[in-house]
Amino acid sequence: MKILTEHIDVPQIETLAVYKKNGGYKAVEKALKKMTPDEVTEEVKKSGLRGRGGAGFPVGMKWSFLAKPEGVPRYLVCNADESEPGTFKDHYLMWKSPHTLIEGMIVSSYALGANTSYIYVRGELMYVINILEKAIQEAYDQGLLGKNILGSGYDLDLFVQPGGGAYICGEETALLESLEGKRGNPRNKPPFPAVKGVWQCPTVVNNVESIAATSWIVNNGGDAYAAIGVGRSTGTKLISASGHIKKPGVYEIPLGITVEEFIYSDEWCGGIRDGHKLKAVVAGGSSVPILPAEMILTTATGEKRLMTYESLSDGGFATGTMLGSGGFIVMDETTCIVHNTLTFARFYHHESCGQCSPCREGTGWMDKVIHRIEHGKGRKEDIDLLVDVAKKIEGNTICPLGDAAAWPVAAAIRHFRDEFEWHIEHPELATKEGAVFMRPGASWAQ
Amino acid sequence: MEGKNQIVFPAETLELVAKIIKRYPEGKQKSALLPILHLAQAQWSWCSPEVMDYVASLLHISSVEVYEVASFYTMFHLEPVGEHVIEYCRTGPCCLMGGVEVYDHLKQRLGIETGETTKDGKFTIKEVECLAACGWGPVFQIREKYYMQLSKEKVDEIIDELSK
Repeated sequence: MKILTEHIDVPQIETLAVYKKNGGYKAVEKALKKMTPDEVTEEVKKSGLRGRGGAGFPVGMKWSFLAKPEGVPRYLVCNADESEPGTFKDHYLMWKSPHTLIEGMIVSSYALGANTSYIYVRGELMYVINILEKAIQEAYDQGLLGKNILGSGYDLDLFVQPGGGAYICGEETALLESLEGKRGNPRNKPPFPAVKGVWQCPTVVNNVESIAATSWIVNNGGDAYAAIGVGRSTGTKLISASGHIKKPGVYEIPLGITVEEFIYSDEWCGGIRDGHKLKAVVAGGSSVPILPAEMILTTATGEKRLMTYESLSDGGFATGTMLGSGGFIVMDETTCIVHNTLTFARFYHHESCGQCSPCREGTGWMDKVIHRIEHGKGRKEDIDLLVDVAKKIEGNTICPLGDAAAWPVAAAIRHFRDEFEWHIEHPELATKEGAVFMRPGASWAQ
Repeated sequence: MEGKNQIVFPAETLELVAKIIKRYPEGKQKSALLPILHLAQAQWSWCSPEVMDYVASLLHISSVEVYEVASFYTMFHLEPVGEHVIEYCRTGPCCLMGGVEVYDHLKQRLGIETGETTKDGKFTIKEVECLAACGWGPVFQIREKYYMQLSKEKVDEIIDELSK
């Protein structure tokens, strides 16, 4: 079942003509001519679509919070600042099929009553920005954007805004600050963007994948979308698969397949690269807890773990993780967990905006302490020190970057404490090139 | 380095600047800052104080509003750089795919460390965080172009090509 990527490999699908030939822009036609904005919102609510950027908040509900005072413009801003390590699905979708996003932007903007909308794309993806701008121009030329779209009386202008290289701008209020031409410092909430967003006007911020899905929902109805998936995990999800698998790439999966199937089936990742064994997975982007092989495949109660919001988080952080952005990073037995955790700790240290001291100072501490463990200079008390620092960051910052920085470190120690200890106790071994700790009796160490 | 007087966009870029400012509501022209900084860096290769002052004047904002933004975002070079700035991804997934080895080779090949520029001014190496191309790692970026699934051999080919 493909919703977003059904035609993604059709040659020249990036052009409006080919996109249209493959059923594109029917949702614009239907929504603007046959539905009221509230009817569109109602279908999105019924679909159960949840925010695909990582938070998983129901999209329809987020839309319904939008304040609509008379005479005040409201805005839809697409969050295409994809920067969560392990995640590259929005990059892929916009690069291959820009009209899929543009069509969703038109439908969603109509539902929200926005007459100006922005797609905020991370600045590094300048080539994708060029692809989007070309596609937007085509849409203007065909009367799908601009004044009186398809004679419906609805006006929409759509612009692309480049970022400047800052992970924090994926946080929606930081993104809005950035769109205003400022540093990407997250705002205190409330007020929420739905009341005071960009330029203090009511604003909805949604991820690329969420917005792109709304076209299919308009065409086929919210119930049809909700019929895909399991429970509150409805529809399909783009999973960015990377690491030690046979076929890295972006896969659109129906939510609800097993993790095992996703990793080992030829339809998806194709299994672990030849001659190697699964050691660990970070299932939803670098922020979510890493899980060792047996825990990612099976829940604590012995059920096969599913690719759903609920199943991945089953067991809480003790034995579970999160679906997050769907950045699925697979590691085999050659992976040094300490080194991998170091790259994440360094990442959050680099990307902390510096506004809140627990995050600004704490991420620096974690980076420094893991760095010395990795380089054979670790101290016995360092592991508990890391746990302590992570605990003091978590929940004590304006935005979720603090949690995102604390979780991967805390989880790596929770599940691979012996590997950290080995680094500290055997610095001469641990710093040898290619040397990796093998846990006695572990499935990946056989 | 050009003198202060020479820092002016060509006419067609100025037209583009005017068009960009119109994307935002009246009086919110500061929103154009990031797009215009990108244009400025494409024009002058780095954001010198003079370039940033010029950008400030175009948007009718104070210079410090430009400095504080340019220094926040990692894409803007606040020091002179070489003709080709190679920005490699150092984050987890690229490392899993052998990134460290490939980047070490790159540094060896150019004879410089991260943050340095070759003597002939041709190459600068910078390390950056995740470039959202994790399935195709290791990855580096030179200006707008992504180079993916890098190997030592591929790095050599790219450097050979750009050295011509």
